[in-house]
Amino acid sequence: MTRGHAPNGPPPLPRGPIAWARRHLFNTWYNAILTLGALYLIALGLKAAIGWIIVDAVWLGGSEACHAAKGEGACWALIAEKHRFILFGTYPYEEQWRPALAVALFVAAVGLSTWRRLWSRALVVGWFVLFAALALLLHGGVFGLTPVSTELWGGLPLTILLSVIGIGLSLPLAVLLALGRRSSMPLIRAISVGYIELVRGVPLISILFMASVMFPLFLPEGVTINKLLRAQVGIILFSAAYLAEVVRGGLQAIPSGQYEAADALGLGYWRKMRLVILPQALRLVIPPMVNSFIATFKDTSLVIIIGLYDLLGAVRTATNDPLWRAFTTEGYIFVAAIFFVFCSFMSRYSRRLEQGAGERRPQ
Amino acid sequence: MSAPIIELRQVHKWFARFHVLRAIDLSVKAGERIVICGPSGSGKSTLIRCINRLETHQKGTIIVDGIELTERTRDIEAVRRKVGMVFQQFNLFPHLTALQNCTLAPIWVQGLPKRAAEEAAMRYLERVRIPEQAHKYPGQLSGGQQQRVAIARALCLNPKIMLFDEPTSALDPEMIKEVLDVIVELAESGMTMLCVTHEMGFARRVADRVIFMDEGEIVEAAPPERFFGAPENERTRQFLSQVLAH
Ligand SMILES: Nc1ncnc2c1ncn2[C@@H]1O[C@H](COP(=O)(O)OP(=O)(O)OP(=O)(O)O)[C@@H](O)[C@H]1O
Ligand SMILES: [Mg+2]
Repeated sequence: MTRGHAPNGPPPLPRGPIAWARRHLFNTWYNAILTLGALYLIALGLKAAIGWIIVDAVWLGGSEACHAAKGEGACWALIAEKHRFILFGTYPYEEQWRPALAVALFVAAVGLSTWRRLWSRALVVGWFVLFAALALLLHGGVFGLTPVSTELWGGLPLTILLSVIGIGLSLPLAVLLALGRRSSMPLIRAISVGYIELVRGVPLISILFMASVMFPLFLPEGVTINKLLRAQVGIILFSAAYLAEVVRGGLQAIPSGQYEAADALGLGYWRKMRLVILPQALRLVIPPMVNSFIATFKDTSLVIIIGLYDLLGAVRTATNDPLWRAFTTEGYIFVAAIFFVFCSFMSRYSRRLEQGAGERRPQ
Repeated sequence: MSAPIIELRQVHKWFARFHVLRAIDLSVKAGERIVICGPSGSGKSTLIRCINRLETHQKGTIIVDGIELTERTRDIEAVRRKVGMVFQQFNLFPHLTALQNCTLAPIWVQGLPKRAAEEAAMRYLERVRIPEQAHKYPGQLSGGQQQRVAIARALCLNPKIMLFDEPTSALDPEMIKEVLDVIVELAESGMTMLCVTHEMGFARRVADRVIFMDEGEIVEAAPPERFFGAPENERTRQFLSQVLAH
């Protein structure tokens, strides 16, 4: 029966890539055929892609060089030519070191914040200060910086600004809405439910439209609120409604014993929520929350409809140039890659958060 | 002698139409140890949960250490600071270590500095004999250890009264003793306590009074010798013959 293996424990499986492939890819004759067929298709696709992206691509030169390539290869010359416009939009050319510095500072701050040792209230304050500083840097008018109207902001800094502030401020609002929806006070509950259902019932586009077109109609004459600010508020309010439902899901998953134990200790409502319930509930919903964050990050592109040029809007404008009009695809691939880097960072980091925190085992 | 520390007068409670507590009269003196038993669903948990207002009663009066329990949040929180509770399912906070579980309320409710709260918590963890587990998370502890942390957590607020709701029912037999020993020690130190349990040996040993509940009523209340030796009520006798048969 044991066929010569150690009598206790299962027989060891053969190791190594060849053994693995044999077990998973070539275990039956039809699986072997499928594997070979799939490999062939993958090879064809890769060959075409590498050819277009790298081998036959036009890296430098004017649009004539790209036209000469007759679509055999990608026209990366477009990016070489237009990358500043795509990244920074209509921000004045000589001043573009400012948005570049802003993005660099932001990326550095994100890098620092992933370091769990630094987590504290000071870090939260630090982020608020950072964003105020970034806004100041972009806006200018102080420290001898030329003022740049927010109408001219665009590209990557705009995308980051709208989405990070959108995410950062919609989360606390969402927590309040979720708590409100589970409140024992009927009025608060009604307001929360009403808000969530109303906002979830309309597309973001229409909220942005309302923010930019209808909202000013309600303001007294002479009072104007910056278009960027209005879009920002629209994004925060919109994403809070979705996040609120995610947070509520987490609250519902916490067993009633946790609420009771906190009550029995006399913690009171807010401390109970902040110290006992929310830390558990929020960790539980990290995956759907990050889902929501990623959606918000990408949804900021919709601000194009009210005349703000985020990354996607900037690439569209850049490729409106008649000389380069044939190469919009390359432009979109470029921004897609940027979006991908940010979104995949969020999803990878969130997975680390899920595993890392909480029941950390002492060494 | 002295005024009762807990007093219930004609307390009634309903869950929707279901009458869980019927005309409960109970008065507990400071330092008294009371064991409550009775069949499942008789309202034992509901009764002790009314004392720290995890449940609200609809009729009658409950006074805890001079404070009447009403809608007033202030009074409720004041009572909860005086009353510690230990649950059947432990209900430790899984995202905090044993020590953090113990210091949470002293820091946030009593406003103790962190250091002082930790020192006090360590003393209580020593008292329940698990100081070496202080930095572990609940998920890394056995049931018996978790329940002892829960007891320490409740004690950290220096309560005048301790409520236990079947503290050993969720434990494997070999862990029951380690938890009961801790409770017995606490009883011997003069703590006022109400304990719902089916551990009749424990009741004999520590109770000043044993209360038998059935269908929302206190059917019998007597010192253990009389309760076990000469129960007056037929229902009590029946219940005892079932419980003691095991
Ligand atoms: N939140 C609630 N809503 C409705 N009915 C409830 C609720 N909590 C308890 N009950 C009912 O009230 C009755 C008494 O419950 P309680 O938990 O006090 O019983 P118990 O004596 O502690 O029983 P056990 O020994 O099983 O713990 C039970 O019939 C129970 O079904
Ligand atoms: Mg019970």
